Amino acid sequence: MGAEGAAVPRTIIETQFAVEHLSILDSDGNLDTALEPDISPDDLRRLYRAMLRGRRLDERMIRLQRQGRIGTFAPIKGQEASQMGSVFALRETDWMVPSFRETAAMLWRGWPIQKILLFYAGYVEGGQPAPGQHDLSMTIPVATQLPHAVGLAYAAQYRGDDVVVMAYCGDGATSEGDFHEALNFAGVWHVPIVFVVQNNQWAISMPLKKQTHSRTLAQKALAYGFPGIQVDGNDALAVYAASRDAVDRARAGGGPALIECVTYRLGVHTTADDPTKYRADEEVKAWEKKDPLTRFSAYLEKKNLMEPDLESQVDAEIARAVQAFEAMPPADPLAIFDHVYAEMPAHFEAERALLAERLRGRADAPPDVEIPPPSPPMRGQRRTSRWQN
Amino acid sequence: MAKLNMVKALNLALREEMEADPDVLVIGEDVGVDGGVFRVTEDLHRTFGNTRVMDTPLAEAGIIGASVGMALYGLKPVCEIQFSGFAFQCFHQIENHAARYRRRSQGRFHCQMVVRMPYGGGVRALEHHSESEEQFYAHIPGIKMVIPSGPRNARALLASAIRDPDPVIFFEPKALYHAAKEEVPDEAETLPIGRAHVDREGRDLTLVSYGAMLRVCREAADLLQETDGVQAEIIDLLTLSPLDRAALTGSVQKTGRAVVVHEAPKSFGPGAEIATSIMEGAFLSLEAPIRRVAAFDVPFVGFAREKFNVPDVARVVAAARETLAF
Repeated sequence: MGAEGAAVPRTIIETQFAVEHLSILDSDGNLDTALEPDISPDDLRRLYRAMLRGRRLDERMIRLQRQGRIGTFAPIKGQEASQMGSVFALRETDWMVPSFRETAAMLWRGWPIQKILLFYAGYVEGGQPAPGQHDLSMTIPVATQLPHAVGLAYAAQYRGDDVVVMAYCGDGATSEGDFHEALNFAGVWHVPIVFVVQNNQWAISMPLKKQTHSRTLAQKALAYGFPGIQVDGNDALAVYAASRDAVDRARAGGGPALIECVTYRLGVHTTADDPTKYRADEEVKAWEKKDPLTRFSAYLEKKNLMEPDLESQVDAEIARAVQAFEAMPPADPLAIFDHVYAEMPAHFEAERALLAERLRGRADAPPDVEIPPPSPPMRGQRRTSRWQN
Repeated sequence: MAKLNMVKALNLALREEMEADPDVLVIGEDVGVDGGVFRVTEDLHRTFGNTRVMDTPLAEAGIIGASVGMALYGLKPVCEIQFSGFAFQCFHQIENHAARYRRRSQGRFHCQMVVRMPYGGGVRALEHHSESEEQFYAHIPGIKMVIPSGPRNARALLASAIRDPDPVIFFEPKALYHAAKEEVPDEAETLPIGRAHVDREGRDLTLVSYGAMLRVCREAADLLQETDGVQAEIIDLLTLSPLDRAALTGSVQKTGRAVVVHEAPKSFGPGAEIATSIMEGAFLSLEAPIRRVAAFDVPFVGFAREKFNVPDVARVVAAARETLAF
């Protein structure tokens, strides 16, 4: 083409490509009062309690994992405001679609702590949403839950139900094909869905700048014909304000929206990972100063809304749940044949009988072999898979 | 009674199931105005509108992924993938999610959905338009894998698949879409999934097949009857998974010999599971090793050479004779 090509006159397609950024309560506790969302004192307390529950359970689970009492999991530390500010905008009848790092949001949606522990202890029973609970189970292959969320939103619209779907993913997910297919379908179908991208800066060892050449993740929504907004993801007020707007807009028939929460994974990717291999301590320390809980508790203190003994209450609740989890009877191995098909196919009967024989310790069954529990991954031990027990 | 080809018979099943149940949707590329590239969904959008007969953007993972979401909500999507060769772009949604949601959610959710796709050769088509990939789906726990062989059973099995609470991969032998017309009853009809059909009774040998290879087996059986005086029994599996092992065992207990015929490559193909199932269930009745007649273990060969790769009557007859002479 060269110079000759450049001489060909172009016409301009008028587009409105603007990416908004929202911050209300900064890391120094400065509040933009003009933007302060209207949240009742009770709701402010509930919001903080939920963030704290997420944080304290996370810390407890790390200890449980190090002790070998649960398996590998993905900690949320640092992302509590991104999760709670967004999920707080949903009604119980709305749907929440998690990926695998939404413990705080899941607790808020009613997942019992005991069930979450069960899930990470390797029992599929922990992945079961309660009857009537409008949440999908955790999805591990990155971004593959997003098309499901679009399908849910379409189905709700088809049935005429008053439902908004909120779907979570991370910065790494924005590179996956399913992310783009989901956003495209959502735009074309104009369904009531809010995508929440928790941009925690790192996809295991990959920093954001190697994940995308885009300036923001929010702008990816613009290519699919709906708004994307970037918010300070450690500012619960900003995340909530943006989420409430997006949810209200979707509910009113305004279609999809995407919220990029700029946050930081203060801990490990999963408990099988050692982030000191790929990122500098100074970076982590800088983000620790932006801790979403510190900021929000200072805000509540100024309003005189801090509950005394909140931390010990939360810890006691977690301790009770851990106790109940550990007191659970051993699971029935024969349950592995349940919930595969609606009805058990003929050949399962023989296989199930084989296992049942073995469990009865029959003479013709192979002898029981004591299998030691796996030792917890050590610090510094990295695995190649992004999600591996 | 009407005489219909397989395309019209499948269209009839879709129409009947959509009329009977407002939760049934048709979703895929070009399934609306265009009626699908093979016209299986022709005119459905006129009756049911474009919220139920949905032309989607060109994205297989989006189609199957969104359908999983619809199914989790309680709808019953019937997805069309234009050619089975393109389904690898949504294979993860089938294997990771459609097949597993019942397990993952411990019965709280399940995916009542059908994924229809034309498979197999015989239509002088390009790469990705002529392959047989049923073995991938038959291998997935939580999936049912159905392959009809004629207009009447195609219509009945599609109706059953749509009503089945589990995800069903429905392979349509594209070589048979227009191959023959068959009487199809006026009233809606179903066939049980997981049940094989004895297409022809015989006492000397069992030919096991499904889909487009059934036609080859019938011709081979005719030839064996005429030239060798051999009575071959033909088992039309209709469902690959769950496999009707009782039908296989029962037949071979009678005949003592079996030849398995499929269009998918031989190694680790359906023939391996079928032969092993026969061996496990009818070992003492076997008079000869079970033979497999399948495509060679090579990738797409180009339609100019397709006839050398896909099993034909001569190869089936040769395998049958070897088995009979053992």
